Amino acid sequence: MSELIETGTDANFDEIVRGSDVPVLVDFWAPWCGPCRMVGPVLEEVAAEYAGKAKVVKVNVDENTVVAGSMGIRSIPTVALFHNGKLTDTLVGARPKQDFTAALDETLAGILPN
Amino acid sequence: MSDSGYAKDVIVIGGGPAGYAAAIYAVRAGRSTLLIEGLQPGGQLTTTTEVENYPGFANPITGPELMTAMKEQALRVGTEFVNDVVESVDLSKRPFKVRVGKGEIEAKTLIIATGAEAKYLGLESEQTFRGRGVSACATCDGFFYRDLKVAVIGGGDTAAEEAIYLTNHASEVFLVHRRDELRASKIMSRRVADHPKITMKWNRVLDEVVGNDSGVTGVRLKDPRTDEIEELATDGVFIAIGHQPNTNFLDGQLKTDDAGYLITAPDSTQTSVEGVFASGDVQDSVYRQAVTAAGTGAMAGIEASRFLEEQG
Repeated sequence: MSELIETGTDANFDEIVRGSDVPVLVDFWAPWCGPCRMVGPVLEEVAAEYAGKAKVVKVNVDENTVVAGSMGIRSIPTVALFHNGKLTDTLVGARPKQDFTAALDETLAGILPN
Repeated sequence: MSDSGYAKDVIVIGGGPAGYAAAIYAVRAGRSTLLIEGLQPGGQLTTTTEVENYPGFANPITGPELMTAMKEQALRVGTEFVNDVVESVDLSKRPFKVRVGKGEIEAKTLIIATGAEAKYLGLESEQTFRGRGVSACATCDGFFYRDLKVAVIGGGDTAAEEAIYLTNHASEVFLVHRRDELRASKIMSRRVADHPKITMKWNRVLDEVVGNDSGVTGVRLKDPRTDEIEELATDGVFIAIGHQPNTNFLDGQLKTDDAGYLITAPDSTQTSVEGVFASGDVQDSVYRQAVTAAGTGAMAGIEASRFLEEQG
């Protein structure tokens, strides 16, 4: 996995996601989920392109049932966008890269007005 | 170098058994071949569990394992892979133009192997609760329904398989079918009928998904004969009513049947545009098997290569 992508867990979710200074895309996945395999490499590209401006965190729902449960995740892959500790967007299913970048750009535009 | 010196001999659109087989045959015929995998590399088989009917595997292999092996084989023989999604194609003249997220690629021949995807009923409530209790993939999402109740909508093999798979997790599975007999194969129908966790809801259609802010809380079912309504408390609903071919990116440039499946010439994979071939589920509403997809993929690879030979 790319070094740019952090691993989220039940234990560190509040700290690295809700406590992040930059917007966070959280990829809820599991090893047995076929469509999740597509999202992984796409988000690695996104993480590289948005390095410093936003970050990507992967949460294995198999091992971290508390955070997935508290967010009402019932389908994977689900990618959730957090900003300032709040959930701002949820993208369900395998999606093209531009869906993720569009969601990030919208959030970033709100932070950094030109 | 000819005018189309930069064009690939063959571009295969779609990373499932049809696409991988087409690429393997085209490459081995000496053609420069590029395969664009799309949104779901491996295709529908990546969402299945054990595959018991693909010849050559005496012991069941899982769908993802089978697809990884096919992809590795396509890579090993020399297929070039692009991990991208095709946005549109221009089939008005050769070389054909294929637009992907990262740019445009040209091809002397095209093989369409984009498969099919699960169909939804089209209810507004279905969309509202998608990912919050509404799903079309039991192997992806069954995990979230441990000791909960779920409904499966449909009556074919897919619905039967999803219902049986869900019994691994859910406490009770309702299989909702609009008729009083399943369309599924005899062996699957028997497995459903004999299963202690599956309750049949015959002569019922999904009228509306019911839920609140936290997601699905139930389904409203209707008897199509009497319009009688019945509500059932469930935590999830799995839609398994069939598939639709992935042809949107073609924008009507190839002939399809009424259901949207690409039309190919008899005993051939040739589509309505010369030099464009189609294989797998995108042109097959009847068999829809991994092995038939691979079979028509091989045909398309051979036919694309022969076409290039005739063109010189």
